[in-house]
Amino acid sequence: MIKRILGTETEFGIAARNAEALDPVSTSLLLINQYPYLPSPRALWDYEHENPLLDARGFEVEGERERPGPEYNRLLNKVLGNGGRLYVDGAHPEYSTPECTNPLDVVMYERAGDRVLRECCEQAGRMKEPSRLVLYRNNTDGKGNSYGYHENYLVDRTVPFEVLMKNLIPFFVTRQILAGSGKVGAENRMPAVPYQISQRADFFETLVDLNTMVKRPIINTRDEPHSDPAKYRRLHVIVGDANMAEISTYLKVGTLAIVLTMIEEKAALPDIELEDPVRSIKDVSGDIDLKSMIRLSDGRKYTAVEIQRLYLEAAHRFAEGSETEKWTRDLLAKWESVLSRLEQDPMQLSRELDWVIKLKMIRSYMEKKNCGWDDPRLAMMDLQYHDLRPDKGLYFAMERDQYVDRLTTDSDIERAEQNPPTDTRAYFRGTCLKKFPKEVYAASWSSILFDVGNTTIKKVPLMEPLRGTQILTRSLLESARTVEEVLGRLSM
Amino acid sequence: MSKQEHKSDRKKDSTKKEEESGSSAKGQEKGKKIKEDLDKLMDKIDDVLEENAEEFVKNYVQKGGE
Repeated sequence: MIKRILGTETEFGIAARNAEALDPVSTSLLLINQYPYLPSPRALWDYEHENPLLDARGFEVEGERERPGPEYNRLLNKVLGNGGRLYVDGAHPEYSTPECTNPLDVVMYERAGDRVLRECCEQAGRMKEPSRLVLYRNNTDGKGNSYGYHENYLVDRTVPFEVLMKNLIPFFVTRQILAGSGKVGAENRMPAVPYQISQRADFFETLVDLNTMVKRPIINTRDEPHSDPAKYRRLHVIVGDANMAEISTYLKVGTLAIVLTMIEEKAALPDIELEDPVRSIKDVSGDIDLKSMIRLSDGRKYTAVEIQRLYLEAAHRFAEGSETEKWTRDLLAKWESVLSRLEQDPMQLSRELDWVIKLKMIRSYMEKKNCGWDDPRLAMMDLQYHDLRPDKGLYFAMERDQYVDRLTTDSDIERAEQNPPTDTRAYFRGTCLKKFPKEVYAASWSSILFDVGNTTIKKVPLMEPLRGTQILTRSLLESARTVEEVLGRLSM
Repeated sequence: MSKQEHKSDRKKDSTKKEEESGSSAKGQEKGKKIKEDLDKLMDKIDDVLEENAEEFVKNYVQKGGE
């Protein structure tokens, strides 16, 4: 069993409330450049190993690889003290968590990212000519434009991609019942619906592809491992929603991590092939009572909850007989409890899962105001549920008044803003940025480059995500007084 | 279930379905408490919700993601 490395990327929706607003790219650049707590503000992003054009099916597509010059590089990229990355991708501010080893850390580091972006907004509001910017942790503008939330899972390279695909398609089509963020209405030419489970389902038009921006696929084939390509692949999952609710994120990431371990270990998984996954992902999203049936190729029919339960039962059987990560037991118990209640009455999850929290909030409002689904205030509530401002964001208002359940504390999140996970290479990256702020020339997921003077740049490769941990590098980093000493002891 | 039925499921307006369960006295009491709490929250939402909701939502357009 390989130790799973997990991490996510969140693109934020951005709105400027000034009349004289800039274009979205300039606004996003302005925003991320306000972040006040960078340990090494001059550090560049090292693009050397980046190639999003490689396809897991074994070919490379044509296209221009990104290689900005140093000044623009610095404007676009901020390497964070927690080992994560703040940057501008397309026309959105984006945050990547550092590499984590468990779903709870992913929850914590995602929320640390919200803090980072919130700081940026607050700083922008204090500028001489203040920019009043609002950020949304959601995935759509409700008018057919979607922006991504991408998950990343390190996977053993020996697992054939077709095996991953076969086992993951029914799982992805149904996972939204745990981790959909909820949406008022439909878009992208889909049939009208008052409310649906997922923000993103309307946008999935094909089964497998390298694309992330048009004709989005349920299975994305980007093959850019950011690690030793002979040992690992990085499964790049674009089919999920960004969540506000901690339990939705925890289940979204944790259930998939377990399924991946089962695939790697050749454990028995449900033998299911959906007749029409692209259609089913939308049908599941539109079925808030969770009663409609999904057709399999062999004619069998299951509900989304039943399909999830098949995966859960397989995971229980696997966990009984195998060595698993220590968080597995807790994850399986939560998965079980949530599925049982979804089966009885989804509204029981109105403290735990985003799509139910939001639905309950909207229904309560409709009842109180005696209004219908066409009331524009409901679309506003949908959007504002994801608003990052503590005073305006409806999720955060509900959290503050204890209407939702949590897994973390505010102090956990505060700590995660500046401190990397200790059990991955993010520890080495984050610690070097803080200890040698002037000497770090550039960093990336798989490298860190030091300027050792006399125009010499030395590169420390970090191709193994499980090295560079606190256990392996703490004494080196604490005892070394200079970068030369670190490099010497790493015999660079 | 036929494809046609699938479609109508998706369109079905489920606003009528109410979620508060609990036939026992304790359940009703709990339900009442939740409702009072939610009422308070709803009042708060009105204070927090952006003004000119329709205009605000209309102007929120995002291009160039992922």
